[in-house]
Amino acid sequence: MQNNPQPNERKKLIEVKHLKQYFNAGRRNEVKAIDDISFDIYEGETFGLVGESGSGKSTTGRSIIRLYNPTSGEIKFNGTDISKIKHKDMLQFRREMQMIFQDPYASLNPRMKVKDIIAEGLDIHHLVKTDEERDARVNELLDLVGLSHDHATRYPHEFSGGQRQRIGIARALAVEPRFIIADEPISALDVSIQAQVVNLLRDIQKEQNLTYLFIAHDLSMVKYISDRIAVMHNGRLMELSTANEVYNHPLHPYTKSLLSAVPLPDPFYERNRHRKNYDNSIENDGQIRSLQEIVPGHFVLATEEEVAGYQAAAEEYNLGD
Amino acid sequence: MADNTSDIKLNADSFKPVAANNVDEQEKISAPSLTFFQDAIRRLRKNKAAVFSFWLLAIIIFISIVSIWWTPSDPNAQHVAYANLPPKIANGNIPGFTGKANVGGNIVDKYAAAKVPKGTYYVLGTDYLGRDLFSRLMKGVALSLLIGLLATLFDLVIGVPYGIISGWKGGKTDTIMQRIIEIISSIPNLVVVILMLLLFTPGLGSIVVAMGITGWITMARLVRAETLTLKTQEYILAAQTLGESPFRIALKHLIPNLSSTIIIQTMFSIPTAIFFEAFLSFIGIGIPAPNASLGTLLSDGQKTFRFLPYQMWYPAAVISIIMIAFNLLADGLRDAFDPKTQE
Repeated sequence: MQNNPQPNERKKLIEVKHLKQYFNAGRRNEVKAIDDISFDIYEGETFGLVGESGSGKSTTGRSIIRLYNPTSGEIKFNGTDISKIKHKDMLQFRREMQMIFQDPYASLNPRMKVKDIIAEGLDIHHLVKTDEERDARVNELLDLVGLSHDHATRYPHEFSGGQRQRIGIARALAVEPRFIIADEPISALDVSIQAQVVNLLRDIQKEQNLTYLFIAHDLSMVKYISDRIAVMHNGRLMELSTANEVYNHPLHPYTKSLLSAVPLPDPFYERNRHRKNYDNSIENDGQIRSLQEIVPGHFVLATEEEVAGYQAAAEEYNLGD
Repeated sequence: MADNTSDIKLNADSFKPVAANNVDEQEKISAPSLTFFQDAIRRLRKNKAAVFSFWLLAIIIFISIVSIWWTPSDPNAQHVAYANLPPKIANGNIPGFTGKANVGGNIVDKYAAAKVPKGTYYVLGTDYLGRDLFSRLMKGVALSLLIGLLATLFDLVIGVPYGIISGWKGGKTDTIMQRIIEIISSIPNLVVVILMLLLFTPGLGSIVVAMGITGWITMARLVRAETLTLKTQEYILAAQTLGESPFRIALKHLIPNLSSTIIIQTMFSIPTAIFFEAFLSFIGIGIPAPNASLGTLLSDGQKTFRFLPYQMWYPAAVISIIMIAFNLLADGLRDAFDPKTQE
């Protein structure tokens, strides 16, 4: 599953090219949430997007699903530019791409029954004709996410965070999407429930051949679920490679700093763990940087001159292995 | 104690699994499923003042509805001979309703003095033109409640959609719509009504138009503020990503979640409207003669208050009761719908 040597041969489902998303553009309080990022997501893979709070991860997800209109750049879904989708095809686009939200307490309408929440997509896209069919489909989805049938007539406030997140997953799956953006789906849950939800997402992915964009700030969880990982900081991509490469052979200092912050349940390791500080002056020196391929499939944000240094670092890793 | 515990022998058979393999059993929620409204009503029932106010208002509303078809006597019919009769019920045995009045230090049976036929009596007396005050009061309350109903209508038909559109659209639309509201609300209500008198004759029409111009503003502002917070909620984003149209989002997601704000604000705007009408009628630019409203009854009553206090006491008591009842019920509803603000 991981470490596919020739990713270029696979079909690209999402292509993001030079995406920029500024809020309050041109005004004094301008915020450059996303500043020129490009990446591709291949069909069937899980693409992890990590970074600290405010790095633009969620904004990227929301731009891809067209909750925001990008300032500039291009997002292609399955070959078509999503900003050019006409009203009629928009509904179909909404079916193929879905989102799982961060806060299980805010993502379910407190005034709707669980079955109406799950069936919302079914109603919008007219996927069921009769009430019996609707109930049957809702029960099917409840089974899929591991909830019992008599939960259908309950209200969201009666459920725990993990159960609510599973309801949110069922809602996204109801319209049979091909691509799911999981926007920090586990960060609001406690650790035992996190594993439950992540495993559920993996199982469903295998079953339905889904593609995920998995947004999180927990590197170890992202490594567990993702095939490839992109590291984001201040609205830019710092490093992009396969999960193992990023985790074991980090090149960019920011990635190294991020990895050094991951705690392990091992007292001997923890005693010797030193948090590496990241000095962000190296990206603010006024030089123009872009993603450069250091070794095949491993990209780092760098200037032309810096490439050699990173290549040497990558070389060292290979010798070490 | 120590002896007892040493007697107990525990082994594997002492324990029974509690539905260990049955996930359905474990995840079953045993509490009854209550909708949000059922839950709110359950909380409202615990508030005695609100429940009492509710039933009081229900009775008042029922009496007003009856008054559309039936009143004890014609509220506008004048019997100058029977003017200023004090309250009297049946034979005049009940204190306060004896039909007698103090005239120059002597207790006089005014009904006998006016040669009122036996068996004819006025429960709340008559006014200076001999009109039955009880019938007039019934009509007056009905009119006040009609005003309250119209205020609700404006709140719901103009205020709610205005607030939702302004909050949902945001940006320039919001700015323009809010400036319009500020311009309207900067003109005092009374000035609007007086300007209306240039166009309309005084009466229900001009009051209603004045309310239509200004009455819905508080509602629009509250709904806008609430919509602004709701629209960033993730369930609204989820509905958008599912392809729900803005109109359907307003209907399915916004209005149900705004309902408590809307209901509470309505309950507060009804007494405001009633009081507004009473005030206008009292100063003489509201409901024109001979029609009765709480304001005109109070205005007529206060002219003779020193000598014939009953002519003002009863309308004053009724308007106070209506106002207090609406406010207590509104308070109760607010606590019931928004349990977080309580305690």
